[in-house]
Amino acid sequence: MTETNNRKLLQGNQATALGALAAGCRFFAGYPITPSTEIAETMALELPKVGGRFIQMEDEIASISAIIGASVAGAKSMTATSGPGFSLMQEGLGYAYMAEVPCVTVNVMRGGPSTGLPTKVAQADVMQAKWGTHGDYFPIVLCPSSVKDCFDITVKAFNLAEKYRNPVIVLSDEVIGHMREIVVLPDPSTLQLIERKKPNVPPEWYKHFQITADFTSPMASFGQGYRFHLTGLTHDERGFPTSNSETIAAKLDKLKLKIERHVDDIVECRQYQCEDANIVLFAYGSVARAARQAVIESRKKRLRVGLFQPVTLWPFPEEQLRRMTQKAKLVIVAELNQGQMIGDVRRVCKDKIRVIGLNRYDGELITPEQILNLIKEDH
Amino acid sequence: MKKSDSNDRYEIRLSGSGGQGLVLAGVMLAEAVGVYEGKNVAQTQSYGPEARGGSSRSDITISTGEIYYPKTSKLDLLLCLTQDSCDKYYHNLKEDGVLIIDSDIVRQPPPLKTVYALPFTHISKERLGTSIVTNVVSTAASVVISGVCGRESFLKAVLGRVPKGTEQKNEAACKLGFELGQKALKGEL
Repeated sequence: MTETNNRKLLQGNQATALGALAAGCRFFAGYPITPSTEIAETMALELPKVGGRFIQMEDEIASISAIIGASVAGAKSMTATSGPGFSLMQEGLGYAYMAEVPCVTVNVMRGGPSTGLPTKVAQADVMQAKWGTHGDYFPIVLCPSSVKDCFDITVKAFNLAEKYRNPVIVLSDEVIGHMREIVVLPDPSTLQLIERKKPNVPPEWYKHFQITADFTSPMASFGQGYRFHLTGLTHDERGFPTSNSETIAAKLDKLKLKIERHVDDIVECRQYQCEDANIVLFAYGSVARAARQAVIESRKKRLRVGLFQPVTLWPFPEEQLRRMTQKAKLVIVAELNQGQMIGDVRRVCKDKIRVIGLNRYDGELITPEQILNLIKEDH
Repeated sequence: MKKSDSNDRYEIRLSGSGGQGLVLAGVMLAEAVGVYEGKNVAQTQSYGPEARGGSSRSDITISTGEIYYPKTSKLDLLLCLTQDSCDKYYHNLKEDGVLIIDSDIVRQPPPLKTVYALPFTHISKERLGTSIVTNVVSTAASVVISGVCGRESFLKAVLGRVPKGTEQKNEAACKLGFELGQKALKGEL
């Protein structure tokens, strides 16, 4: 029973914090809010032990600003919040997209709008994660559905942030964040970690926003002798504000193409028994757990039901969804909101496949029975 | 471990009011079953925004197979430490489910087949001088009545989770709970 020794009962939020630490996160700034607070608590306990810094800021605007600053100074950095705090962070996130600052923001979703339901689950910030701040920008948004996922996906979030010099959002939810499960965590030394590209040119040649073949520029840290200018204003390769239309378009293309050209690398999906499915369930986060159970129950009744579970919500996994719905006549989009991801599912399925929503927004998780009943009604 | 589906799924709810320590008790029980007995377990909770008062519950789903849906749907075991929680949750029990209540507080038990009414609060005060450990006493009794894990596993989990300096009191609370559970099974209480 040596395995028993490595078995740990962990909460999703704890696993998120441990994943961040394993990924090399050494700076956390945040403001406590249910249901994300355990992430801050764990970081406050653990960061000092590895030479990192934890700071509780006066609010969420200050928190996102602090992690941007820490990242520009060279540290992998993270903040964690829930809906109301995520709203406040949108301004800072916009700056991070524009200034191409790698950082990780965890939003453990609860009911909204406004202060909504502090202790109850929802998935209603999915569109906010994509469109929350103004302008054209391309978020990477990942969504865990188990305690183990919280660890793995946070590691992945840091890797993608570093690789693409982009903010990455981890959209957890109250059920996943507060749930405890048995996990066996990997030895941190076995993890594949990605570090941001560093400049290999002399400081006087350095351009902080150089347009490269893969559209991601090498990033020097403040204080290393490489001089650069950072601003939220649209800027040239050196970081200085510009009103030159060619330079403006080139900057916005860069923001788009560094993500769009690497969608295959960024997008992760899971599918269960979709190959022959004429009914495909589309579900993510905690709802994917209910949907997986519903697939098992349906198969016992010889119904050809499958589950498509996006781990990457944005960029939207278009190709993968298209492939997994080839035999489908019906797609059921089950989500804890009044219908958010369903718009993109409809866009991909066009008129060829019927798409219906199963929506719950009363603070409770969708049950397998609800999904099974909907399948039965439709048959 | 058998990687079958969830036929051996066992669902427990510990319920009462906020501040009674039932979420913590649920964590201890989950740890006993999951860490010390090697089963799969998912522990979830539901509580209001207030620190004390309001209803509070901790749910534990246990299986030797994979647990997909992590919440409970039909309870095998329900522990209620308040009348409110009993009124609210008894209909979530399976037909052959087991209800355990604090007989000092739940004065109007529902008409179910298997009800164990035990004087948790009263006897904790009498034997241990405090009702603060009622969560541990009642959960320990539930462990014995349900047989969901071994006593040693539960005791280990409790001692691993309680604040330093309270180990002795909590160990006594566990043993008191085991004793109550044993007596209840024998029909002596």
